Amino acid sequence: MKTYIPHKFEVNINDKCIKCLVCVKQCSFSALSFDEDDATIYPDNNKCVACHRCTTLCPTKSINIVKNPIVYHPNEYWKANVIEDIYKQAETGGILLSGTGNDKDYPVYFDRILLDASQVTNPSIDPLREPMELRTYLGKKSDRLQFKENKKSTTTIKTKSEPQVKLETPIMFAAMSLGAISYNAHQALARTAEEHGTLYNTGEGGLHKSLYKYGKNTIVQVASGRYGVHHEYLNAGSVVEIKIGQGAKPGIGGHLPGEKINAEISQTRMIPEGTDALSPAPHHDIYSIEDLAQLVYAIKEATFYKKLVSVKIAAVHNVAAIASGIARAGADIVTIDGFRGGTGAAPTVIRDNVGIPIEMAIAAVDDRLRKESIRNNVSLVASGGIRNSVDVVKAIALGADAVYIGTSALISIGCTMCQKCYTGKCAWGIATTNPQLAKRLNPEIAYKRLSNLLRAWSLEIKEILGAMGLNAIESLKSNRLRLRGVGLSAEELKILGIKQAGG
Amino acid sequence: MLKPPYAEKDISGCAVVGIMNISGNNFGSEKIVNAIKCMRDRSNGLGGGFAAYGIYPEHKDLYAFHMMYLDTNRRYDAEDFLKKKFNIAASERIPTAKVNSISESPVLWRYFLSVENKPPLMSEEDFVVQTVIYINANIDGAFVASSGKNMGVFKGVGYPEDIARFYKLQDYEAYIWLSHGRFPTNTVGWWGGAHPFNILDWSVVHNGELSSYGTNARYLEMYGYKCELMTDTEVVAYTMDLLMRRHKLPLNLVAKVIAAPLWKEIDNLEPKERRILTRLRQTYSSLLLNGPFSFIIANQDQMIGITDRIRLRPLIYASNKDMFYISTEEAAIRTIESDLKNIKIPRGGEPVVAQLLTSDIRHQTSSSREGATN
Repeated sequence: MKTYIPHKFEVNINDKCIKCLVCVKQCSFSALSFDEDDATIYPDNNKCVACHRCTTLCPTKSINIVKNPIVYHPNEYWKANVIEDIYKQAETGGILLSGTGNDKDYPVYFDRILLDASQVTNPSIDPLREPMELRTYLGKKSDRLQFKENKKSTTTIKTKSEPQVKLETPIMFAAMSLGAISYNAHQALARTAEEHGTLYNTGEGGLHKSLYKYGKNTIVQVASGRYGVHHEYLNAGSVVEIKIGQGAKPGIGGHLPGEKINAEISQTRMIPEGTDALSPAPHHDIYSIEDLAQLVYAIKEATFYKKLVSVKIAAVHNVAAIASGIARAGADIVTIDGFRGGTGAAPTVIRDNVGIPIEMAIAAVDDRLRKESIRNNVSLVASGGIRNSVDVVKAIALGADAVYIGTSALISIGCTMCQKCYTGKCAWGIATTNPQLAKRLNPEIAYKRLSNLLRAWSLEIKEILGAMGLNAIESLKSNRLRLRGVGLSAEELKILGIKQAGG
Repeated sequence: MLKPPYAEKDISGCAVVGIMNISGNNFGSEKIVNAIKCMRDRSNGLGGGFAAYGIYPEHKDLYAFHMMYLDTNRRYDAEDFLKKKFNIAASERIPTAKVNSISESPVLWRYFLSVENKPPLMSEEDFVVQTVIYINANIDGAFVASSGKNMGVFKGVGYPEDIARFYKLQDYEAYIWLSHGRFPTNTVGWWGGAHPFNILDWSVVHNGELSSYGTNARYLEMYGYKCELMTDTEVVAYTMDLLMRRHKLPLNLVAKVIAAPLWKEIDNLEPKERRILTRLRQTYSSLLLNGPFSFIIANQDQMIGITDRIRLRPLIYASNKDMFYISTEEAAIRTIESDLKNIKIPRGGEPVVAQLLTSDIRHQTSSSREGATN
């Protein structure tokens, strides 16, 4: 069927081109071809996804990608994307899919929040000259510590200890499964987590044998498909995360197509090669909160009460009450994934319309847990759309203990947000298991780039803390007095628990 | 004015001084007034106050409530409430003198109370704390300035030496005196916001600003405290009440909570100590008082001085025989005591403690307290 959808991008190649054909070889979407007869490279604009692989690698910088300027008759209601979605469905009869997170024009509350700094009445602190602490411990905290004096008049702690996991920077790598992203990407995440004393998350696709050595810095995930879950796996990491939902697709399961299930993935996930890996929408052993509690404790039993159990949910309307239930169900960590959270594949209608912003969710959950005096029972991790160090700071000041980053991490190793993760054609070798493409991601370089990113953000967080006159990240937690809102309604300010700038 | 004029965090710079006779012998107010007067340039006339321990020996087993009222009608409201909860053994207007620089003052009244109608499972102290929090939050125009036994807080808007004359402090004798001269950055001073801050036997005078106020306050709220007054000092007082009275942490560990050692230091300790300090900091991370502060706190047995962990505000201490001094400035101590042998600046986060030599006073009150509970 002929498509009515005009091409989105135009690939322009100027006369500096030396016909080296790097671009043709690199374009995994087959948008460039070489005609030997007239020795010319021809772009197929319909296929270009603006992933920048060709322009980045072109030795003479002779390729440029621009937006197709074609217009429809102006209409504020029937906009281009609305029309084109209808075209797509009329042509395929299928559910529209997207990769990455919600890209729609919803308010970004992070960008409506400003930070405080110290002036006169309290000194700011220079992080280059004075200590500045980012260390964070995840895990249940006792409501009080009790001590006892022993015979030799030495003091010991009477209160039972709960397992704690140390983060040297409050930034962790979010769940991205092996299969959704390549082995090289996984390895780079693991190495970086180890170097920076933080954690990466396996996602729901099991843990590759060769990555068990990063166990201390690993969160192993248990999702509805239970792929790759076995006793050794559960005990391999520091944290076991039960994934209930994902910000990009609350209420929706997962689907890793059979084409991506090669020998390695098959082994790790414990499913036959070439079969589709379908994760059910719910866990079929969790239809209510007491079922969750049973799974939490089943995992604790299986891990000898040595590992933390995290429960990850999408930020939905009733997130505060659900989080409270999770805290009471025995979880050590509640992870909230906001509606900007990324995905390898999600139905576009879900991705773009379901859930709530992470800023609101964290504020509401932190409030609720404090009102019920159970905030000490759990650590709170904010996830979904954290773009920079300032977002991290704001999330913590709103009430989080730490954050997850997924999309930002992938961008640091080359992702350009072309949103085609679900095609398996990722030209950067990130969201693909095709060996020809996956080997493009050099694990050494990826590790260095990720490591630089964490270093840079950590340094920036220290700068911000110093300006605020704080020398430990724990003094920022839920410290909403150091935030002010601009351009927000009274109701928005109230839910965020922050004051209007000037007030 | 009894409530904060603005619904915002109250910021102030200050002078603090504390004097204790560790033998428990009472002495007059002259020393403390002269010491705080010496640091007049550290305050701006918008707040001053004193705490005195040992001033009500005739009522030493009763809770002495110092109350501030906007007007007499508010007094009736509060008294109706107090009568429901306590037996009022005695009550009277707090004696004051006319002082030119203090033109407007609330109605000041004191009560000597014993607990009458408390829920059976609640401790007497918790009951008093809750009552104080309730009055401050819910009875409009009424404010509890202090609620301890055999002690009282005298504070208001004015320079501390004027406040001393206003309250006729020359008529009192105490074995611990604390004083505070305040430099609020808000233009309007308010009586309730002056220091010392008190809850039960704990009084705090505080110089500094807690950059971690929001974190600390939100943590304390989970334990039933309501940080109504938006002052850092209120947070300090509640923190001490929670850690020392309710959680029974020894003072050396309380210091390691509010002025926690750096993780780098903790990591390098011997395993036993490292375990204790690691757990302590993990558990109470939200009670790290971050930002510049020095404060002096007192209860019936002790006077303690401490600064923030990187010592961003001054504090100095000295002793002579059984007299112990803690002050913002050395000059204040030298003004009142010429013969000083030990004069030292404590390290950041290291508490300085003056401990009552005879704990008779404490034992008397604690046994009578138990008697009352039974």
